[in-house]
Amino acid sequence: MTAADRGAQPSLAHVLIPKWRTVLTRMRQERDEGGRGKAIVLGTVGLLFWAFVFGLCFKMLRYFKGIEEIGSLLAGKMLGLALLSFASVLLLSNVITALSSFFLAKDLDLLVSSPVDGLRIYLAKLLETLINSSWMVALMSVPIFAAYGIVYRGGWLFPLISAATLLPYLILPAVVGSAVTMILVNVFPARRTRDLLSIIALGAGAGIILLFRIIRPERLARPEGFQTLLDFMAALKAPTSPLLPSEWVTRAVMGHLTGHPDWLSLYLLWTTAALFVAGGAWLHARAYHTGFTKAQEGAERFVKGGLWDWSLGRVLRPLGPSRREFILKDLRLFFRDTTQWSQLILLAALLVVYLFNIKSLPLFRGEQVPFFLVSVVSFLNLGLAGFVLASIAARFIFPAVSLEGRQMWLLRSSPLEMRAMLWAKYWIGTIPLLILALAITVLTNVLLRATPFMMAVGVGTILLLTFAISAMALAFGALYPQFETENAAQIPTSFGGLVFMMATIALLSVVIVIESIPVYRYLRAAFDHEPLTVTPLMVGAFALAAAVCLGATVIPLRIALRRIEDYEF
Amino acid sequence: MIQLEQLTKLYGSFRAVDAISLHVPKGTLHGFLGPNGAGKTTTLRMIAGILRPTSGTVRIGGHNVATDPIGAKARLGFIPDRPFVYDKLTGAEFLRFVAGLYGQEGQVVERRIDELLEIFELSSWKNELVESYSHGMRQKLIISSALIHRPELIVVDEPMVGLDPRAARLLKDLFREFTHRGGTILMSTHTLEIAEALCDRIAIIQGGKIVAHGSMDELRKQHEVGALEDLFMRLTGGAAAKELKAVLEA
Repeated sequence: MTAADRGAQPSLAHVLIPKWRTVLTRMRQERDEGGRGKAIVLGTVGLLFWAFVFGLCFKMLRYFKGIEEIGSLLAGKMLGLALLSFASVLLLSNVITALSSFFLAKDLDLLVSSPVDGLRIYLAKLLETLINSSWMVALMSVPIFAAYGIVYRGGWLFPLISAATLLPYLILPAVVGSAVTMILVNVFPARRTRDLLSIIALGAGAGIILLFRIIRPERLARPEGFQTLLDFMAALKAPTSPLLPSEWVTRAVMGHLTGHPDWLSLYLLWTTAALFVAGGAWLHARAYHTGFTKAQEGAERFVKGGLWDWSLGRVLRPLGPSRREFILKDLRLFFRDTTQWSQLILLAALLVVYLFNIKSLPLFRGEQVPFFLVSVVSFLNLGLAGFVLASIAARFIFPAVSLEGRQMWLLRSSPLEMRAMLWAKYWIGTIPLLILALAITVLTNVLLRATPFMMAVGVGTILLLTFAISAMALAFGALYPQFETENAAQIPTSFGGLVFMMATIALLSVVIVIESIPVYRYLRAAFDHEPLTVTPLMVGAFALAAAVCLGATVIPLRIALRRIEDYEF
Repeated sequence: MIQLEQLTKLYGSFRAVDAISLHVPKGTLHGFLGPNGAGKTTTLRMIAGILRPTSGTVRIGGHNVATDPIGAKARLGFIPDRPFVYDKLTGAEFLRFVAGLYGQEGQVVERRIDELLEIFELSSWKNELVESYSHGMRQKLIISSALIHRPELIVVDEPMVGLDPRAARLLKDLFREFTHRGGTILMSTHTLEIAEALCDRIAIIQGGKIVAHGSMDELRKQHEVGALEDLFMRLTGGAAAKELKAVLEA
């Protein structure tokens, strides 16, 4: 008679062994592969980010603390708003993560077929979901709570209070998210649910960004813009409710900081979390098996697919069959993968916000706008536009090589030259990026009413920068491939993605510094009411900027080609 | 058709393939056998141009894979052991894509796609996304893709994995017909009965080295054994039956 026959169950820690062992092994492998440099880069960037968030919060809280009567109210509202935003992010993130961990993970066949009881499977998967979807919010909370603790002198008990409030606050969306997923999977097949959720999540994300931007929170920083104090206070009334866990966290934390401990809120947080976990386990016991069975069903997908051949296929005919089919294949894969194309929704929202921000700049208030100011904004906007393009390239071009990983056997054993593959991937990414770059630059310069000189500088520079950014995205993607990742959206969040963003920021800085020489001379001439004379220095600076961009295009592509040719599978 | 000379592959300090030399004549079906981890897949992937050898050369139809990869690969169809294909393409789109990689297009390709899908009983799945295919169907699709450009040589790693008995029989017939028409096949397999029944010549690899090579008759004479299984066990040191029995009874 085995232990299972006797009813003995493995501990929760035992069920989780493969997960934490995998994490430990991965860390050990990273270290053995010379990951110290990587750890230093990641650590430095993380610390800088923490320092930035901490500094921002610290400054605001110090300011609030100086305001009598409503200072701590404002600090509490700010925390409540931050936690409410986190809660919405956590909820969406948990719903999507739960789909993978509860229904699509590779270890489920083993777990479900073993004599482990449902409660342990539920708790193990809930913990996995919680960690995978909440670690970023937990890390982000550290500098925010640290700022509160320091400004309001929380004392040695404050870290404990913070941890005791944050833990149930993170558990609640994990339970709710898993339950929502459980219900959805019982209604739709899991793979369809993933598609559906991707669209809903991104649509919601885009909606939040748009809404947040359109309500213009920067007005809160300028109380003089409000007619009366009552208007200001009304604007401060965020959509919070005493029944929301974010409010309980705020009350518990602010209660401790202001010397009026609110134990009821802490009690509410823990009892609600416990009740929700029990409810989740109940639902799991009743609905998991049916949902898991449904999750095994493949979504039937009949595709005629002739449209691409008729339209783009004809346009690409001069490229020859191998390049044409390769490009068509990449486009089909992109537009048939919901996790890929749905990112365009978010991109569209970000672009609207970008243009809205430019339009909202307090430059045009009836009077004559200083020419100097418009030109400087137009010039510096190049850096911002470049950064936006780099983010888009990180999302769409950086993963291009990684996504071929599992199929590389086919490409490598065929007579397709790796140069042709790289070439196809480069232009598939560059052409849309170029259109976008030109649209952003021209539109913002039109909105800013920039001069023809600044327009020409902007368009020329962004053109060259786009070629370089695209090449760098492809090259860094080839240098730091993620062949095992199935979700393209996760690839840019890797170490390679971070290095790419840092390299792009360096390129943008260099180009802007070089071009600031001719732009300064142009502004100087305009300021002195003198005609602009083109000097060798100006021509040299533009030529140098172009050479830098050209170098940043050609060298990364060469490195990428060499790297791809060296891949071994 | 295939000429390997002192082919070696090192993974760090591990010698996966150790200076093997092998000649596979045109029009033969050549078996490549060995226990797990012996170096079969590594050798086949070097022949297909997927892995770069540490030293030694691979020639396909006289074309050196290192110096003339395009010329060598144009003659070859590769069937891997794991059927990774693009999930979001349909079967027909995948085959059209592979044909394109070999520079082929048009009505000839369309007819060939229909023929191959018909042979492998995938016609009704022609316009379904590959993500809805079973493991065996994916394997059939990959075999079709290796044949789409009418190669002179097929390099195949464990062809029968995931195939139902009907498809396995079909594949055996197809391989026989392919070699009768002058094609060459290098096939790794663990199914010794298939190797014995199909292959004109067999090489056995153990620890990265070829430990036996010849036709079945030559091997029988050289090693004084009756069946391929006995020879394989003797050369590769299989687990003793009594040990297995002890484990099962424990």
